[in-house]
Amino acid sequence: MNTLWLAVFLPAFSLEVFSRGAAVARPMAVAGGRGGSRNIWTRNAMAEDCGIRIGMGIAAAHALAPDLRVLQRNGEMERRALGNLAAWAGRFTSQVSMVAGQGLLLEIGGSRRLFGAVENICGRVRKGLVGLGYAGRLAVAPTAAGAWFLAREGREALVTDISDLYAGLAVLPLSTLELSRSKQEEMEGMGLYCLGDLLKLDRGGFARRFGKEILLSLDRALGKAPDPRAPYVPPATFTGRIALPAEVADMEALLFPLHRLLRELGGYLHAVSGGVQRIQVTFPHSHHPATRITVELMVPTRDTAHLLTLSRERLDRTELPATVTQVELASGEILPLAPRTEGLFSGGDQAGEGWEQLLERLGVRLGAGAIRGICPVEDHRPERAWGSAKAGGGAGGRVRVSRPLWLLEEPKALKSVGGRPCFHGVLELTQGPERIEHGWWDDQDVARDYYVVEGPSGAWLWVFGDRRRPGRWFLHGIYA
Amino acid sequence: MRNEALDELLRHPAIWRAGSPLAAPHKTLATGFPVLDEALPGGGWPVGALTEILPAAEGIGELRLLMPALARLSGEGRWIMWISPPYIPYAPALIHQGLDLSRVLWVRAGAEADSLWAGEQALRSGACGAVLLWPRAGAPDERGLRRLQLAAEDGKSWGVLFRAPETARRHSPAALRLSLEPLWRGVSARIRKCRGRGPSGPLPIHFSPL
Repeated sequence: MNTLWLAVFLPAFSLEVFSRGAAVARPMAVAGGRGGSRNIWTRNAMAEDCGIRIGMGIAAAHALAPDLRVLQRNGEMERRALGNLAAWAGRFTSQVSMVAGQGLLLEIGGSRRLFGAVENICGRVRKGLVGLGYAGRLAVAPTAAGAWFLAREGREALVTDISDLYAGLAVLPLSTLELSRSKQEEMEGMGLYCLGDLLKLDRGGFARRFGKEILLSLDRALGKAPDPRAPYVPPATFTGRIALPAEVADMEALLFPLHRLLRELGGYLHAVSGGVQRIQVTFPHSHHPATRITVELMVPTRDTAHLLTLSRERLDRTELPATVTQVELASGEILPLAPRTEGLFSGGDQAGEGWEQLLERLGVRLGAGAIRGICPVEDHRPERAWGSAKAGGGAGGRVRVSRPLWLLEEPKALKSVGGRPCFHGVLELTQGPERIEHGWWDDQDVARDYYVVEGPSGAWLWVFGDRRRPGRWFLHGIYA
Repeated sequence: MRNEALDELLRHPAIWRAGSPLAAPHKTLATGFPVLDEALPGGGWPVGALTEILPAAEGIGELRLLMPALARLSGEGRWIMWISPPYIPYAPALIHQGLDLSRVLWVRAGAEADSLWAGEQALRSGACGAVLLWPRAGAPDERGLRRLQLAAEDGKSWGVLFRAPETARRHSPAALRLSLEPLWRGVSARIRKCRGRGPSGPLPIHFSPL
């Protein structure tokens, strides 16, 4: 299996770390440098349309576009965002390297068996990048440096054979090598305009004239020199954040950046082959303690859509006390995903697939305690003979006597007529009594005679007479 | 004289000719009571649809009517969901009727809207073998019922709604509507509506002694 590298160059990365939180409809640019020497580092399409170019001074840029929004380049944010993007890219390959501030390199030679054709992988990477809010230039080549050169120059080539690489690189301009102005002018003065021209020169003379660095760079690109790349190692848990371009007060608008963060989490979970059972979404406020919501699940999952549904349910019920400029997502511990076990003889009907997800959805809206299991309890007192358990935790037992399917929460006092109970009419005590006396050791002792009677409406009722207060009758259950 | 095209058209499953029983391609669950199985299209409770039970009074046997099917479902590992029941489903009695309690879920929703929402979610997910609902008087309205019926169709679930007998007069999109009258050691069922057949006369259904 040959190594094959996919280079992902993100030309507007410095800006996208700010703008991917929401759709922006105004010219925006990111400025590098400090103080008076600030100039445009990168800009969005609207700013480009106004005539703003990279390297232009800020004042000049504002003159061209009065509503231009200029943000200061934030290296820390870029570093974090690129880290999360590298973690996400781990779903395609286990070897991801970062190129600081600019993009990623993915070794996809080993991924072809899983994903199929190289075009397939590129398509999925590109689509995924769009989903996360990035626009990338992709190129594939047998060497990392070669792929990077192609991607950065905007040649979205798919070079799978090393023999084709020379031809692909030869046409690239000198600017690919990011030389100093003086060196570049020197080369152009000698009639060298593209990499092909450089590659035709004598190696010894080249090294003496222009230095070994450039030669090494070209050798690496052509695969003649080793080019080890430090692989990105994903962290133990996931934390991500997206800054919003403007203050947001509406919860609905926050779902968009949250969805992007959840996609990043999904990629990360694929890369580490795990799932999460808890996620925490935080909205920091400037003069207010942050708003936090936690979503807990029954089993570890990496289903992004399901996490979004649960988060949306929870957010619908949350009020924002102040405006928000940032969305943060943190995962709980990373756990192995539960394997799907299927019954050996399970038929065509899905045997309750997705029931955990159903219970999670219900729990988020109704509250965790709203869904319970039922189990019997060994106790002669009927109101104690059952208990609630956690969902799915009800257990069986053996029952020797017949009991009504409905039990009332509290025994209902009945009117008594001539010593007999009355419920929509006087009741004939046909079956019984079943004497239950129990609980002498605590306050809840009972001494009752239970009867099964037919009510006038035809319903079968379970009533008892309290032996300590003769003449007092109660309805306790209904044989439905 | 036979017309080929007309015959072809009349064989279309969406056309029902009054008086001819529809060959029910729908899946059903045997009720466990032969008298009822014979009378129901497909021979049982309709899966992928709503069943409405309209007992003349509470406690005449409306739950016991469902127990054989519920017991079998829970035995097969399917979930039985009870949503906002009017009383406590009593564990010893459920066991006596053959239910596997590890498959029973009791959902207590505060607001009526939450109960109906939970019912719709459970039906649509298809994760439950049976979803039992006790809507409060007056709810759900026709639109709510239609949503529940569609959710049952989408999820291929069996949904059961218990409603007051007065609602029999109002229209409902449920696939099966059963009125119940008391009967000694049993219940008398009358099919008010089912797929492909007209209403039936009273069917006596006997329960085994308590």
